[in-house]
Amino acid sequence: MSFFSFGQSAEIDVVLNDAETRKKVEHKSEDGKKDKYFLFYDGETVSGKVNVTLKNPGKRLEHQGIKIEFVGQIELYYDRGNHHEFVSLVKDLARPGEITQSQTFDFEFTHVEKPYESYTGQNVKLRYFLRATVIRRLNDVVKEMDIVVHTLSTYPELNSSIKMEVGIEDCLHIEFEYNKSKYHLKDVIVGKIYFLLVRIKIKHMEIDIIKRETTGTGPSVYHENDTIAKYEIMDGAPVRGESIPIRLFLAGYDLTPTMRDINKKFSVRYYLNLVLIDEEERRYFKQQEITLWRKGDVVRKSMSHQAAIASQRFEGSAASESALEQAAKEESG
Amino acid sequence: MSEPAVADTRRLNSKPQDLTDAYGPPSNFLEIDVYDPQIVGVGRNRYTTYEVRMKTNLPIFKLKDSCVRRRYSDFEWLKNELERDSKIVVPPLPGKALKRQLPFRGDEGLFEESFLEERRAGLEQFINRIAGHPLAQNERCLHMFLQEESIDRNYIPGKRKPSAAPASCTFISTSRHNAGGNVRAVSTL
Repeated sequence: MSFFSFGQSAEIDVVLNDAETRKKVEHKSEDGKKDKYFLFYDGETVSGKVNVTLKNPGKRLEHQGIKIEFVGQIELYYDRGNHHEFVSLVKDLARPGEITQSQTFDFEFTHVEKPYESYTGQNVKLRYFLRATVIRRLNDVVKEMDIVVHTLSTYPELNSSIKMEVGIEDCLHIEFEYNKSKYHLKDVIVGKIYFLLVRIKIKHMEIDIIKRETTGTGPSVYHENDTIAKYEIMDGAPVRGESIPIRLFLAGYDLTPTMRDINKKFSVRYYLNLVLIDEEERRYFKQQEITLWRKGDVVRKSMSHQAAIASQRFEGSAASESALEQAAKEESG
Repeated sequence: MSEPAVADTRRLNSKPQDLTDAYGPPSNFLEIDVYDPQIVGVGRNRYTTYEVRMKTNLPIFKLKDSCVRRRYSDFEWLKNELERDSKIVVPPLPGKALKRQLPFRGDEGLFEESFLEERRAGLEQFINRIAGHPLAQNERCLHMFLQEESIDRNYIPGKRKPSAAPASCTFISTSRHNAGGNVRAVSTL
């Protein structure tokens, strides 16, 4: 990058003010690698310092301005050139001029809106990052720092069970039931399959969790299905009147909350697929959508006031009201 | 709204099973044996027939016990009928063994014992696989093959039941053997 830099060049880096206390979470990158990033919630302030370090002390650095941006964007892999920015904030740190020694600039993006959860998928990526830039004539000095955003919800008021009778006439009739239609990411799916008529020779039955990532709009919609989990719930041939229980712990799987029509660009939805396999490997299946949501952590003394604001933005409940009160008391008391 | 600290993972309530259901014969009994190869005819017009014996308690079959004699070309006829009229991907038959029909072989050719056994086993596997298929069970040709004395090649092909059958309740049933359509659930409670 700096083959032709005559004279001075600089390094730039970004440090958050609460780097010591802020929680970090793992997030998978596009190539599958897992890395840790600072975790933020909607409404939280992002503040820190930008350090500009001169490589050759003593020589001055001319620049056309120094700034820091907070960006939230959606990137579709088949259309890499176009980034769809849904959050874009800028703070100018220095007017065009020169620096004679290494310097540090403070910045603060107050109560930043972060409406969507960070997501890295098969065909689309949604990310938030800070970008510090020293603008120069030939090439800018840029540093990006990714952060991860989680969107929280509270227990939904309405969470009916799913119960349905399906079958093939005169061959196979079952009634399946799942205890809820909305599950949080560490929840347990409790259900049962009741056999009403069994005229085929079933070998085993499993339940799969399928993630469907939908990108594009109108005629060019593309669905990418991924089987996240396969869990055998029955081995052997059932007869009429038998009830097979289901207990599937979600915490062990790599799941995200359900994301519906994010910024009109993509969706991520989850389905339970009940599959019966007979002795000739014929498969009979019934797919059912479920809603996944992210539960906030248990309110601890260290929970920040800002996170309490964030969780209240979603289905406001008594729990987050009291969390707000609690955090307010701690701050004043 | 109260937030439980630990999820309730207790089993959902279910009806206790009726003991006659639990210990009675299963409703899916279907066994077909292909055995007893017999050579019919003389000289160059010889062919082998096999006994095809079916035992079942499935209501879709008229006879719970049936026994017929069939030859390889009858099995081929059945496969062709099913491939033409239904959406099923029909399992393969054992080979035609054309080479065995050529003269000047060192062995018995088509009537070699080990070959007959191999073919018998393949035909048995074929017929069991197809007879257990819910869509094949709707086809007249299958019932004629299994339960009528002789196959009337001039029969009128068709479904056993009126074609309204799949409309009322179905799974989405699919696999490489099947291309069953998407249909609604029976009822939502």
